[in-house]
Amino acid sequence: MEDLINICINSIFVENILLAYFLGMCSYLAQSKKLESATGLGLAVIVVLTISCPLNWAIKTYLLEGGALAWTGNATLAGMDLSFLNFICFIAVIASLVQIVEIVIDRFFPPLYTTLGIFLPLITVNCAILGASLFMVERDYTFTQSTVYGFSSGIGWAYAIMLLAAIRKKIRYSNVPEGLRGLGMAFLITGLMAIGFLTFSGIKLGA
Amino acid sequence: MKKILELHDKIRPLFNKGGKYEKLWPLFDAQDTFTFTPHEVTEEGAHVRDAIDLKRVMITVVFALIPCTLFGMWNAGHQHNIANMGATQGMAADILRGALIVLPIIFTSYAVGGLWEVLFACTRRHEINEGFLVTGLLFPLVLPPTVPLWQVAVGVSFGVVIGKEVFGGTGMNVLNPALTARAFLYFAYPAELSGEVWTSLVAGGEAVSGFSGATALAVVANLPQDVSPVAALCEAGFDWMTLANGAIAGSIGETSLWACLFGAVVLIATGIGSWQIMLATLLGLFAGATLFNMFGDSSYSQLPSYYHLAIGGYAFAAVFMATDPVSAAATKTGKWIYGFLVGFIIIIVRIANPAYAEGAMLAILFMNVCAPLIDNYVVEAHIRRRTA
Repeated sequence: MEDLINICINSIFVENILLAYFLGMCSYLAQSKKLESATGLGLAVIVVLTISCPLNWAIKTYLLEGGALAWTGNATLAGMDLSFLNFICFIAVIASLVQIVEIVIDRFFPPLYTTLGIFLPLITVNCAILGASLFMVERDYTFTQSTVYGFSSGIGWAYAIMLLAAIRKKIRYSNVPEGLRGLGMAFLITGLMAIGFLTFSGIKLGA
Repeated sequence: MKKILELHDKIRPLFNKGGKYEKLWPLFDAQDTFTFTPHEVTEEGAHVRDAIDLKRVMITVVFALIPCTLFGMWNAGHQHNIANMGATQGMAADILRGALIVLPIIFTSYAVGGLWEVLFACTRRHEINEGFLVTGLLFPLVLPPTVPLWQVAVGVSFGVVIGKEVFGGTGMNVLNPALTARAFLYFAYPAELSGEVWTSLVAGGEAVSGFSGATALAVVANLPQDVSPVAALCEAGFDWMTLANGAIAGSIGETSLWACLFGAVVLIATGIGSWQIMLATLLGLFAGATLFNMFGDSSYSQLPSYYHLAIGGYAFAAVFMATDPVSAAATKTGKWIYGFLVGFIIIIVRIANPAYAEGAMLAILFMNVCAPLIDNYVVEAHIRRRTA
């Protein structure tokens, strides 16, 4: 239990997938103009991450890893190491998941669907999602750990985009130099936010 | 005075639109409004008569900072003399020596920061603001007396340009500019700013034997298990009163609790600093320290909460940095949440994060980042309650 809480705090604050690894920047920058759509996209990312991490974990453990196919009882299959298929399988899982999320949002929250526009299907290629799956492999998480990790990375991502959206809302009427309006400011603010998040870097949990 | 006023009125057209020195208008305006009542008056419509304006607000903060500055000056000299000669050289000599250390730092901060301020004001045609008087003084006060002057210049440039001017100038920044500058220096030049010894030495000289110069935070940070932190502090010469009095090594303006307290009284009495935020940081600090006292297992976590109050830069940060009305939360509920989390995160960084000795600066920057979101939800809750 304690290590699950540690993973949770770690991936939200200490190693925020956006502000420490800078993964998933494109949709973060594009969808942070309005807090409502930022929150919506954040939720969508949380959902996709929470499902894709454990799913990818299962695929990795029972199909792709060296010796993962031992359960088939077939000696040739048991000797195979299909890890080189990790990337393509993960992406396929994520892509189909995003499709499902898109259908659900379109059916139940049409206004959100319209505001998110192209960025919803683009979650597929959101580096944060694939990144989380790959970190999960790298860190040898168990099934529960990867579920918690996926969920809390999603929260970390959603938190970061909501912070940026709130800040951009605050400076909407500020007299920003012309060349910096919009994306330029978003980049600068992201950098300053990352300085703020350095507060927690270096904390070793459960060590 | 009258002569100057006449001169001002005579040369005013040169700086107005279409005049010869139109581009330098902010400079003239700053000088003019600094010395005299502005010419423009509201001629019609309802308006509130109040003597308080941005200039008054900022100059009050500068007044509130005077004890910290003077004390810091004396302390820098005091520490210097102890380190180099083994004993204090008397009040006057200490202050003189301190002035030689501290004044160049303050001067550099004002000169370089002011240059950027004027540059931006002239090209972007906005007024030069007294806000910079505060930033330019706060920043040197959170620096160690050993900081090289070029770093002061680099830091204040970053703080003023990236922390404030790109957002559109005074009142529009998201992070506190002085802290942005400090954090920038801290991460860019860790060797000079996170070192344990913060007492200035004569060039090439060595400290007298027996002088360690370690800050109180460094003493408690790496205690072995089963050593009481209070005992360790007292042994190093940091009992509570010494910490609160502040004749110890540390950043220039932050060491004395009493000087900060004077600032707090001035800011609260004039209504410029928010007492909610100050009180909330205190609550957060105590809550965090008590939690660690109960559940922490390192010996640092057993440090009683009132020590956290006097140690390090908490008091200075809570009074002058966290209350910055621009970068703090603006709503009433938001201020309580914001302040509480500032205090709480200070404790988390001090005790749980081995990477940094002090968390006040980073905790406030982190909460500055969060403040707009907090405010947004507080306002939304208000709206929901009213419409329900």
